[in-house]
Amino acid sequence: MNHAQKRLAFLLLFAPFFLWILLLIVLPHIGVFILSVKEKVGMGVYEYGLGNYIEFFNEPVYWNTLLRTAVMSIFVTIVTLIIGFPIAYYIAKIARQRAKAGLFLLCLIPLWVSDLVRSFGWIVLLRETGIVSSFLQYIGIVSGPVEFLYNDATVVVGLVYTVMLFMIVPLVTTLDGMDDSLIEAGFNLGGSRLTVLRRIIIPYAMPGIISGCIVVFMLTAGSYLTPILLGGKNSQWFTEQIYEQFITRFNWESGAAFGVLLLIFTSITVWIGLRLSGQTLSSTVAKT
Amino acid sequence: MSQHKKTLIAAATGLALLTSVNASADTTLRLLTWGSYAPDKVVQMFEEKYPDIKVEVTFSNNEEMISKLRATRGAGFDLAQPSHDRIHSAQLEYNIYKPMDLSKIDLSNVDTTLLDGVKANTTIDGKVFSVPHQWGTTGLMADKTIAPDFNSWGDICDPQYKGKTSMRLKRTILLAMAFDMGEDPFAAYSDLNKYQGILNKVTDKLIDCKDNIKAYWKGGDDLSAMMLSGEIVGSETWDSTAFKLYNQNKNIVFVPPKTGALAWIDTFTLPRKGKADDAAYKWINFVMSPEIIPLMSASTGAVAAVNGGIDLMPDDKREALKAAFTPADIKNLKFFANIPPGVEDMEGKALEKIKAASGS
Repeated sequence: MNHAQKRLAFLLLFAPFFLWILLLIVLPHIGVFILSVKEKVGMGVYEYGLGNYIEFFNEPVYWNTLLRTAVMSIFVTIVTLIIGFPIAYYIAKIARQRAKAGLFLLCLIPLWVSDLVRSFGWIVLLRETGIVSSFLQYIGIVSGPVEFLYNDATVVVGLVYTVMLFMIVPLVTTLDGMDDSLIEAGFNLGGSRLTVLRRIIIPYAMPGIISGCIVVFMLTAGSYLTPILLGGKNSQWFTEQIYEQFITRFNWESGAAFGVLLLIFTSITVWIGLRLSGQTLSSTVAKT
Repeated sequence: MSQHKKTLIAAATGLALLTSVNASADTTLRLLTWGSYAPDKVVQMFEEKYPDIKVEVTFSNNEEMISKLRATRGAGFDLAQPSHDRIHSAQLEYNIYKPMDLSKIDLSNVDTTLLDGVKANTTIDGKVFSVPHQWGTTGLMADKTIAPDFNSWGDICDPQYKGKTSMRLKRTILLAMAFDMGEDPFAAYSDLNKYQGILNKVTDKLIDCKDNIKAYWKGGDDLSAMMLSGEIVGSETWDSTAFKLYNQNKNIVFVPPKTGALAWIDTFTLPRKGKADDAAYKWINFVMSPEIIPLMSASTGAVAAVNGGIDLMPDDKREALKAAFTPADIKNLKFFANIPPGVEDMEGKALEKIKAASGS
């Protein structure tokens, strides 16, 4: 192949990716950003300015919601990690080769039905007259109906259930690559189980942990259906706020500003996470 | 079967498909309407009557209709059905509709009060933008065996029903509570400062009320589930939802609030860049014909805007409606007033404050 042919081949291979990034990611974001720095001054009259951003910081309702969303998303990420790590370790290190595929499949099953159906499943289970509440009354643990729905704990449960797979997959991939002799060596040198976990396994799995956490955090902070359907009268999610601005209040400008703020905020959170754990994007997400 | 035969059959099927596509693809009528406003049966009958028109339906609500049409500057749909109070300001601000040619619509049987009301609400520069289709109300519903005295908007916040009531956190409940507190929010639309004052009072009341509420309902389905299971005993509701539940449990009745149920009229309105106006007019005349109205009302639970519309309701719905409304209640209906620009923002802020306030 001569030089020109190589160049052509490269361009053809690169074109779909480039077009995808440009048309579906970069251009819409530029559009949203331009929209967000417009201010409505009268009917159909707009001016450029930072009014929408100033409004966000002046109104406690907005930034409280963003903080709430961030705190709950981080909590969901931590819970997912704590539950997901042993599962991933079992799949990667303990389960036999044939069982692995089956276990992976089990983790995948929740994703076979849509978000909406999954949320309604939780609603049927957890409502006051639902299956769990009736069962508890039946076996006599509680005397009256119990409401499990419409609170923050339910939202966390629903979200953890949804995003679990995105934590397990990178963890399994990383742990799979770890040589078992490393663990044996740790025990042979007199390390306790805890020491081996803390000094050998976790440091080795760190890239997987971080990339799993990043994906899970992003998915959670940007989710819409689960928090809306399972959340109660006090629960608010920032995406709901964006929807409200766009659809209910016809205020696209401030909705766009909120969108930009959410993007910046989650990016900063991820950056802080990377700094604290001493990882980089190329050593985590790009690797798995 | 020989290879030759197979090919022949395949070709024939292909040809048949092609011709059938050709026959039905002359005009497409793209409807932007409410869930249940285009029942399959009616669509099918319409396509049989006009074989050259194909109907495509998109279900939506008032806010989404405006947002969708705003995004395309009025393109993408041929007929929309926003409520009568949401047309004037949306048209002034976003220019998404086009005037109607009333001569193409058979208005002989349309209820003149409703027609004049909608015309008054949607005339801009002497041009009429909408005609009425169906009307219905928002009011209360209660399980009369448990909550026989549930009959005013304020009862949602009555401590004796603590944790057993519900409402939808939208602008309707703000207006309803304002009426309950003795104000007239529609009259205050002309003086936005005064309206803000009313809104502040309503906001405080609804924040106090939060403890009393089990959950805010978001659609007919979750409201029905809470009511039928007995998890709540009274709620704000659309009349159609209450009528559906009345069929399943005769104890659940629609109650027009003391201050009057809030009434809406869903309209027919043409998007500015619609491409099938003739088909749209045909659809309007078709669904307003006396043969189709009962089918439509059975699906929507709303009353057609024609003379004697209530009598054209299917039996069970008419029974529920007559049980709920006395003639005095009908007179007491409060029709939504046109929303002036800016009010949506004020109401949106009030709703956000209520949602964000921490109850129990």
